[in-house]
Amino acid sequence: MAWNEPGGGKDPWGNRGDQGPPDLDEAFRKLQAQLSGIFGGGRGNSGGTSGGGFNGKIFGILLGLGAIGYFALGLYQVDQGEQGVVFRFGAVQEQVVGPGLHWNPPIIDRVELVNVTRVNSHSHQALMLTEDENIVDVSVTVQYVVADPKGFLVNVRDPRVSVTQATESALRHVVGGSGMNDVITEGREAIGIGVQERLQAYLDSYGTGIRLDKVNIDRSAPPSQVADAFNDVQKAKEDEQRLINEANAHAETVIPESRGEAQRILEEANAYRDRVVARAEGEADRFNKLLAEYKQAEGVTRDRLYIDAMESILGNTSKVMIAMKDGNNIMYLPLDRITPSAGGAAPPAGEDAIRGIADSVVRQLDARGSGDSARTNR
Amino acid sequence: MNTRSLAFGIIILVALVTLSNSVYIVQQTDRAILLRFGAVAEADVAPGLHFKLPVAETVRRADGRVLTLDSQSETYFTLEKKPLIVDSFAKWRIKDVQRFYEATGFDESVGSRILQERINEGLRNQISRRDMHEVVSGQRDQLMVDLRDQLNRVMSQAAGIEVVDVRVKRIDLPAEVSASVFERMNSERQIEARQYRATGRELAAGIRADAERQKVVIEAEAYRQAEQVRGDGDARSAAVYAAAFNKDPEFYAFYRSLNAYTNVFKDRSDVMVLDPESEFFKYLDPES
Repeated sequence: MAWNEPGGGKDPWGNRGDQGPPDLDEAFRKLQAQLSGIFGGGRGNSGGTSGGGFNGKIFGILLGLGAIGYFALGLYQVDQGEQGVVFRFGAVQEQVVGPGLHWNPPIIDRVELVNVTRVNSHSHQALMLTEDENIVDVSVTVQYVVADPKGFLVNVRDPRVSVTQATESALRHVVGGSGMNDVITEGREAIGIGVQERLQAYLDSYGTGIRLDKVNIDRSAPPSQVADAFNDVQKAKEDEQRLINEANAHAETVIPESRGEAQRILEEANAYRDRVVARAEGEADRFNKLLAEYKQAEGVTRDRLYIDAMESILGNTSKVMIAMKDGNNIMYLPLDRITPSAGGAAPPAGEDAIRGIADSVVRQLDARGSGDSARTNR
Repeated sequence: MNTRSLAFGIIILVALVTLSNSVYIVQQTDRAILLRFGAVAEADVAPGLHFKLPVAETVRRADGRVLTLDSQSETYFTLEKKPLIVDSFAKWRIKDVQRFYEATGFDESVGSRILQERINEGLRNQISRRDMHEVVSGQRDQLMVDLRDQLNRVMSQAAGIEVVDVRVKRIDLPAEVSASVFERMNSERQIEARQYRATGRELAAGIRADAERQKVVIEAEAYRQAEQVRGDGDARSAAVYAAAFNKDPEFYAFYRSLNAYTNVFKDRSDVMVLDPESEFFKYLDPES
C-alpha cells in the first residue's frame, strides 16, 4: 500500500500526522528543555565569571540547530501526478500543492499526498436478476482516478469501499432494468454507459472526489446452470443454417441435372427428326429411281422383284408346305413343338422335331384316306 | 537557590501543562463538541486550532466523514408474498452534533445500530408495498428515494444523523426459487432452439420442393419441345414419302409390301405353311 493511501494516516516526514495534540506536547517538551537550558545557564552565570559567554554560545548553537532541524523537517517533495493537501492545525487549506519541492512549517501544517493521475481499477462479478426475472452472470470493471484530492481525503471514510459498494448497487440496478437479451447481447455497451452514469452520480453525492474513467462490462452470460440450453440455441441456429444450406446444395444439384436431361431429350428429338427425314428422303429417292426403271419394263421388273423377295424370305425361314385339293381340311400342326426347338440354336434337334411333325402330318392325311401328299422342308 | 530554582521549575511545568490543556486541534475529518462540566458549551467546533479552559472544559470528537453502514442480508416479502434476499448499504454522516452526542454519546457503533434497525424496518415497509417487478426494476429509484427521505426525517430527529444515500446492493431470489427460475430459463431456451430447427427444416423443405418443381417443369418443357421436333420430323418425312409414292400408288403398294414381307419373315424360327399352288411355286408342278 502506498503511503499516501487513505487510512494510513502517515505524512511525508513520518510524524504521526493526524494527531494534533501529541505534536504540541512534543513541541512543548522541546521548548521546556530549551528553557531549562537557558535557566540552567543563568544559574551558572551567577556562580562563575566567564561562564556567561560559554552558555550563551551553547544557547546560540542549540537555537541554530533547532532552527535548522525545524526547517529541514518542513521540506518535502511532491512527485509528478501527485497533489498535496495541506491541513493547518487540522483544517484543510484551499490551496493544493503541485509537483516539486515544497516547504510547510512542521507541527503547524500537515501535508497528505494523493496520486491524481493513476488509474485505479475495481472488478465485480455476480449473478443478478434482470427485468424479465431471469438470472444472468455479469462481471464489470470500473476504472477511476482521484480527481479531487481534498474531497477524497476529507469527505468520505474509505472512498474505495464506497466505490465497491456503489458499483454493485449501480450494476444491479441497471441490469435489473434491462431484459436478459439486452444484457447478454447487444445491450452490453448501453449497460456499461448506464452503470457509469449512475455510479458517477452516487460517488458525487457522497463527495468522494473520484472521477470514473471507464466502466466496462467484461462478461455477461447466462449462468452455468442454463449455459447448456443457451449453447443449444446457438447450435440450433447453426442447424437451421445447415439445413438450409443442404437444401440449397440439393437444389443446385437437381436443377442443373434436369437442365442436362432436358437437353438430352431435345437432342434425341432432333436426332429422331433428322433420322426420319433423312430416311424418308433416302427411301423416296430409292423408290423414285426404281420407279423410273419400272416404267420402262413393268412386267419383268415386277416379277423379278416378287421372286427376289420371296427367295429372300423363304431362304431365311422354316417352311412347311402342304398341298390341299380342297381347302376345307382342318389339320393339326403342333406349333408349340416346332417353335421352341426351331427357335433354339440346335439345328439337329430342330430337324428331328420337324421330321416328327412332318410324319404326323402325313399320317393324318393318310388316315383321311385322301391322296394328298405332304412334304416338309427347311 | 536550589529551592528557588525548583519552585521556578514547578511553576514552569504547571504553566506548560495548563497551556497544553487549553489548546486543542479539530481535524477536518472530525466533528467535535466542547463540554463545560459535562454540559454542551459549543456544539459544532470548526476545524483548526482552538483554546479552552483547562480541566473545566473537555473536547469530544467523532468521525464527521460520510460513513458506510453495510447491512446483513435479510429476507423480505414483496406484495405478492414472494421472498427476496436483499443486501443493502447506507451512507450516513453526523448532521446535528449535539443531537448525535445526546443520542449516542459520540459512539459511532450506537449510531449505526439505531440506523440499521430503521433501515430494516423501512426496507420491509417499502418492499411489502410493491410487487417483485417494481422492486427489481421499475421502482428501484423511487423505493430508494422514499426510504432515504423517510430515514432522514426520522434519524435527524432521533440521532442527528443525515442519511446521504440508501442503496440496495443485491436483490436475489432464495435458492429454491432460483432453481425454478433456471428451469424456466432452460425450457424457454429449448422452445427457442426447437423453433430454429423447425424453421430450418421448413425452409429446407421449401427449397427442395422448389427445386423438384423446377426439375419437373424443365423436363416437361423439354418434352414438349422434343415432341414438336419429332412431329416436325414426322410431317416432313410423310411429305417426302407422299410426294414420291403418289407418282404410282399401285407400284408403291407392291414394292412396299415386298419390303414389309422381307422384314417380317427374316428369322429362322418363323415357320411358313405354304400352299404349293401359290403363284411363287407355279413352276414346281410342271403340269400346270
